[in-house]
Amino acid sequence: MMRVCEWLFVTLLVYCLVGRFGVEGLDQNTLTERISGSAGDVLEDNPVGKLQVYVYELPSKYNKKILQKDSRCLNHMFAAEIFMHRFLLSSPVRTRNPEEADWFYTPVYTTCDLTPTGLPLPFKSPRMMRSAIQLISSNWPYWNRTEGADHFFVVPHDFGACFHYQEEKAIERGILPLLRRATLVQTFGQRNHVCLKEGSITIPPYAPPQKMQAHLIPPETPRSIFVYFRGLFYDVNNDPEGGYYARGARASVWENFKNNPLFDISTDHPTTYYEDMQRSIFCLCPLGWAPWSPRLVEAVVFGCIPVIIADDIVLPFADAIPWEDIGVFLAEKDVPNLDTILTSIEPEVVLRKQRLLANPSMKQAMLFPQPAQPRDAFHQILNGLARKLPHDKNVHLKPGEKILDWSVGPVGDLKPW
Amino acid sequence: MKPSLLQQQSRRSNSFRGSNPLDSSPDGGGGAGKSPAAIFWLVLHGLCCLVSLVLGFRFSRLIFFLLFSTSTNSNTGLYQTSPFRTVADIAENLAFSTSLPSLDSSPANRTTGTAGVSSSGVVVGRHGILIRPWPHPNPDEVMKAHRIIERVQREQRAQYGVKSPRTVIVVTPTYVRTFQTLHLTGVMHSLMNVPYDLVWIVVEAGGVTNETASLITKSGLRTIHIGFEERMPISWEDRHRMEARMRLRALRVVSEKKLDGAVMFADDSNMHSMELFDEIQKVKWIGAVSVGILVHSGHSDEDLSVRNEGDESNSPVPIQGPACNSSDQLVGWHTFNSLPYVGRSANYVGDRATVLPRKLEWAGFVLNSRLVWKKAEDKPDWVKDLDMVARDEANVESPLSLLKDSSVVEPLGSCGRKVLLWWLRVEARADSKFPSGWIIDPPLEVTVPARHTPWPDAPPELPTSEKVTSIKESSEKRATKTRTHRSRRGSRSKRKHEARSVDAHVSERHSGEN
Repeated sequence: MMRVCEWLFVTLLVYCLVGRFGVEGLDQNTLTERISGSAGDVLEDNPVGKLQVYVYELPSKYNKKILQKDSRCLNHMFAAEIFMHRFLLSSPVRTRNPEEADWFYTPVYTTCDLTPTGLPLPFKSPRMMRSAIQLISSNWPYWNRTEGADHFFVVPHDFGACFHYQEEKAIERGILPLLRRATLVQTFGQRNHVCLKEGSITIPPYAPPQKMQAHLIPPETPRSIFVYFRGLFYDVNNDPEGGYYARGARASVWENFKNNPLFDISTDHPTTYYEDMQRSIFCLCPLGWAPWSPRLVEAVVFGCIPVIIADDIVLPFADAIPWEDIGVFLAEKDVPNLDTILTSIEPEVVLRKQRLLANPSMKQAMLFPQPAQPRDAFHQILNGLARKLPHDKNVHLKPGEKILDWSVGPVGDLKPW
Repeated sequence: MKPSLLQQQSRRSNSFRGSNPLDSSPDGGGGAGKSPAAIFWLVLHGLCCLVSLVLGFRFSRLIFFLLFSTSTNSNTGLYQTSPFRTVADIAENLAFSTSLPSLDSSPANRTTGTAGVSSSGVVVGRHGILIRPWPHPNPDEVMKAHRIIERVQREQRAQYGVKSPRTVIVVTPTYVRTFQTLHLTGVMHSLMNVPYDLVWIVVEAGGVTNETASLITKSGLRTIHIGFEERMPISWEDRHRMEARMRLRALRVVSEKKLDGAVMFADDSNMHSMELFDEIQKVKWIGAVSVGILVHSGHSDEDLSVRNEGDESNSPVPIQGPACNSSDQLVGWHTFNSLPYVGRSANYVGDRATVLPRKLEWAGFVLNSRLVWKKAEDKPDWVKDLDMVARDEANVESPLSLLKDSSVVEPLGSCGRKVLLWWLRVEARADSKFPSGWIIDPPLEVTVPARHTPWPDAPPELPTSEKVTSIKESSEKRATKTRTHRSRRGSRSKRKHEARSVDAHVSERHSGEN
């Protein structure tokens, strides 16, 4: 009896000792730290072999022709939908046999109808999406089999598949009824919001990787700016009184800290924007008309700790990246205390956050490089899709069962495209 | 993302109906027929408009604010929200809409038309702009921020700068003379800016003096002040030789105390760049950097002739340092070409002619301190023992004498392409005088009195004691005001001058004038 106890004790001891090493902590390389999210160390996962994706061949009026009409779509922050298509066409996870596919992808560029100033208009997007779905449901049996539950769509616009830039209108519309069962890959993420449905994958907005690489400065340049922000505080064209834009948070930042020497904030458009971010310790990422912004991507790439001011926001790849450890979250009502909160962070915590940001996997996961590289955002999307496999039993509908109602929705949406 | 300009129209019209997009949905008052409620609201609306016109702001908002203040926009007592804005927030949705007044500002939005969404903390609509009553920075927090910045920068230096930086051991021979303060202050300030640990060995010819000691203690650096019991000779030849002996003395101290680090020779009249100290860290055993030789020209005529000669042959590039071949290996030395100056160079300190450097100045060399230790593990065998070298002190011209084989010298500063320090020798005549410690005591005699002529509007007779005090005051003012300056502001300064005068003459003069 005693023998058994002894052995048990010894094995327990050994296990504890062994288990302590190899855990998330300092690598041999003390510059960076391993990133372990709630899903484990998944940033380094390789999705190849874990899933198969079938890419529908849609007529070019849904994708190529739209891009030909306006090539600015390749550079704006919604370009992820185009690059995802290109990536999947040549990726090893693509399969030409739809019978063995786990996921189905529909390449329709809904965010490429641009105004002269370059902003996408979402008014035709619902019809376009409906038309595409109509096409795939009539030409292939796979949509009707599951009513889209094993299909995924990239909808990077402001409020995702609600297809509107104004929040009230977007909420009123809700997610396009036909996409109710599909998986949505979108930039918008806010908890308890109509436009974020359960099981969506939140991705970062597109930021041009080459442009950012071209502005790198030597890493030994000392970080001397405490807080940095460039952007609008009041949107005088659309919200002159203030209080509407960014729920008053940006205006509050300006009014409270415009005279604070620690805060380098203004509405300038400096040519040294990227360089300045690399000389800053904290970069503000407040919400605008929508809670997400490319500033988060820029801050991560340039090693500046993001200060996220957007209540209930869901950040990209939130299950793989421990954003709480990397960034600083601030409630919108706490904006007047921003300086107190930031200065009361322990220097060791600041250093740890910088170490996490310095991890190359972290930076890579936020980017959409051309051509695709391992562990980049494309692969993280595939990882996210792979984590949702295997599909639930109720994904496949029983014969004759119909869940989606094709006649639901605003009248304007039902017109053909 | 903000809505496009094209949509501004629809947005504005939207806002008139309140941010509540309930136009389509049925509500209490509107809809079919002129129900009494609708008329009542219309009348109330008109009344509100009239009152607002009179008052100049939308007072209906104030009413609604007082009636229906919500938590999102209420004044928490700490923060001053912009009051008209907050009122606007709430009432904007209500003032012009025909929907029920029980709809509070924006929380209403979520209860209608968004079925199935659980209540979220975030609401759409107009919010107050929270401004704290004292937006100025708190000095404690500013200090904390600076501490964070400093810690981050220190970490950056540790990561990207030199790993495990070595102590820099600086050897400076000096002696008391007019130009000493000028030169030594320059070196001192350069050394104070070095981000590494530093030991400054100051060897003073003529013994340790308070003059030098008080100067170097101001630096706050760790100093070793050694006295060398011989006076500095006047001829440049002898001076160079004595400096070499003084440096060897310092090296002996390094050996005795077993100081560990990189030894560099900072002559007190030279100028060093900060990059030099970074390059020094890279030395393994013995290294050489390029030194810019600034030959101070004495006579202008001589200088011209020198330059002419120089142009005919290849112009002398005033650099001393290692010469490398294309594969960055040491093949030789660039030395200073002193031929153009033959016969015209300075002989003694303070001579007006050009001072020439030696063939290879000590300043261009860097040593690992272990080279001079008596016993050090992995001390290379091509280095001579310091004591042996010191016995032949008079013939030691440069650190190369410490080596048996001078090809082991490592060229630093991208193989000598970067000039990291400049050599200069400027001295006053050996017999020039300067105030000890540069403190004027006793006070200098007045060479130019502040007042030559009486003031234009001064009373004709002035008591003599008065005159004396005035002169003393002007000298106390450190003669910043010139004579003309004062006379221009005659009456005003006179009045000031009166005020300063401490004795009873004030009252006397007052009575005299008034």
